[in-house]
Amino acid sequence: MSKEYETVIGLEVHVELATKTKIFCGCSTAFGGAPNTHTCPVCTGMPGSLPVLNKQVLEYAMSVGLATNCQISQYSKFDRKNYFYPDNPQNYQISQLYLPICHDGSVEIETEAGKKSVGIHEIHMEEDAGKLIHDDWEDCTLVDYNRSGVPLIEIVSEPDMRSAEEVIAYLEKLRLIIQYLGASDCKLQEGSMRADVNLSIREVGVAEFGTRTEMKNLNSFKAIARAIEGERIRQIDLLESGEKVIQETRRWDDSKEYSYAMRSKEDAQDYRYFPDPDLAPIVVSDAWLNEIKAREPEFRTEKMLRYKEEFGIPDYDIDILTNTKHMADLFEETVALGSDPKKASNWLMGETMRLLKEKNMDPEDICFSPENLVKLIKLTDSKVINSTVAKEVFGELFEKDIDPEKYVEEKGLKTVNDEGALRKTIEEVIANNPKSVEDYHNGKVKAIGALVGQTMKATQGKVDPAMVNQILKELL
Amino acid sequence: MANIISDETIEYVGILAKLELSEEEREQAKKDMGSMLDYIDQLSELDTTGVEPMSHVFPVNNVFRADEVTNGDDRENILKNAPEEKDGSFVVPRTVE
Repeated sequence: MSKEYETVIGLEVHVELATKTKIFCGCSTAFGGAPNTHTCPVCTGMPGSLPVLNKQVLEYAMSVGLATNCQISQYSKFDRKNYFYPDNPQNYQISQLYLPICHDGSVEIETEAGKKSVGIHEIHMEEDAGKLIHDDWEDCTLVDYNRSGVPLIEIVSEPDMRSAEEVIAYLEKLRLIIQYLGASDCKLQEGSMRADVNLSIREVGVAEFGTRTEMKNLNSFKAIARAIEGERIRQIDLLESGEKVIQETRRWDDSKEYSYAMRSKEDAQDYRYFPDPDLAPIVVSDAWLNEIKAREPEFRTEKMLRYKEEFGIPDYDIDILTNTKHMADLFEETVALGSDPKKASNWLMGETMRLLKEKNMDPEDICFSPENLVKLIKLTDSKVINSTVAKEVFGELFEKDIDPEKYVEEKGLKTVNDEGALRKTIEEVIANNPKSVEDYHNGKVKAIGALVGQTMKATQGKVDPAMVNQILKELL
Repeated sequence: MANIISDETIEYVGILAKLELSEEEREQAKKDMGSMLDYIDQLSELDTTGVEPMSHVFPVNNVFRADEVTNGDDRENILKNAPEEKDGSFVVPRTVE
């Protein structure tokens, strides 16, 4: 008889902060520069260089801590984590071990199984490492230190999650909070949010945790879900066959849906942490904390309530609009510029979402301005263009953020309101389509659709379909 | 000497420090390390009840910089420190993970 098992999961989430410069020096954090063009003696670990903390890093870290119900350490400091690897030119990473900036927090998540609270053990600040490129041709490794010193926070959860659904709900929650704070864009694919999964298995009813493994290299929600399932089965198989789970770090290969051991933690490195003497301790006053708290933006839950009350739009719309900060901002600005809320919402959750999906883009990549979206909405409101033309114009707006008024003018897309001319065209359409006319008179009401279509074609879509419908019915 | 350094300890410290020691150097290192620890042990003679651990030698805190880019592209100079360079990068022996 097979036993029942429970999966116990804790996460270590690294988030790259949205600062302009690195954590300890004035080098740019911009992505995609040529190798080593964003480096200086500090981030390449030259002897005698002095790191100085970027104040914005500290403020972002504290804002994330406050938003996740953490205690903020009003006395905090940095430590050196020693390890020998060329991605780290100092041979130590500056991190926080003894007094992390935030600790003992929690976030509430919701899955089909209901609501639950996931504890946050701590949040600490640290620096990212450089990038290694293996040169197969020359059998050597090239090192690019542009990323060395880019600020990170590591959010360490308690082992409170029990399924892939809970893990994803937790990550979504963190992503929303951090994006709303503006502290990071949190893109898994691009690595600005990275999650390591600590997972163990225990028999249901057993109090102690089983031996855990740590899984790395998970860069999408789907990969995380697959890796959790793969590792859960692997560990249960080991236990069932009387073997032991070894505490180790494993690397997930999502294309093969398989993980392999990176290094065993038993012969693991001894990090020999000690306080970094180059960096002064951090003292946070109550006043400073209050100031950061006061700057907190409206978070998603509050926004959802307000949208319902202020704009009266459906819950479905609200859910999509508030799912990213960028979309919510765009919506609010469009409404503030005079758009009807439901009309703005329709463009954003309809055509915009459709095009984003089609082009495999994130809402953060939207380039059109609320000003131009409002112009488009007003052009349709005043019936200057019809809905078919509006869709075409929106396609251009989405691509190039064109000015809809100018575009409609230049391309001659205005609806023709000359009823006399339209009547004439419709008479021609009726004369040329006797089959449809007959069908219509025989009770096939839908046949009128074909005639409307022909009329729209004949007028290049520049007429109001409702008006066409009306005249057609009259003439038939 | 109060602190006796075992063979295992000196071997381990050698691995951490990436040092390969000859038999003779190991014996010397064991002796040196033992006497260093003896010297440091003098601190234990002090009564430190109620003294907060010190985390910085100077009485300063909150030394920050503003989030402004102050460094430009200085790759040419930075790479002068590289033992070897290629394609704008530092070259190191092949690392495998």
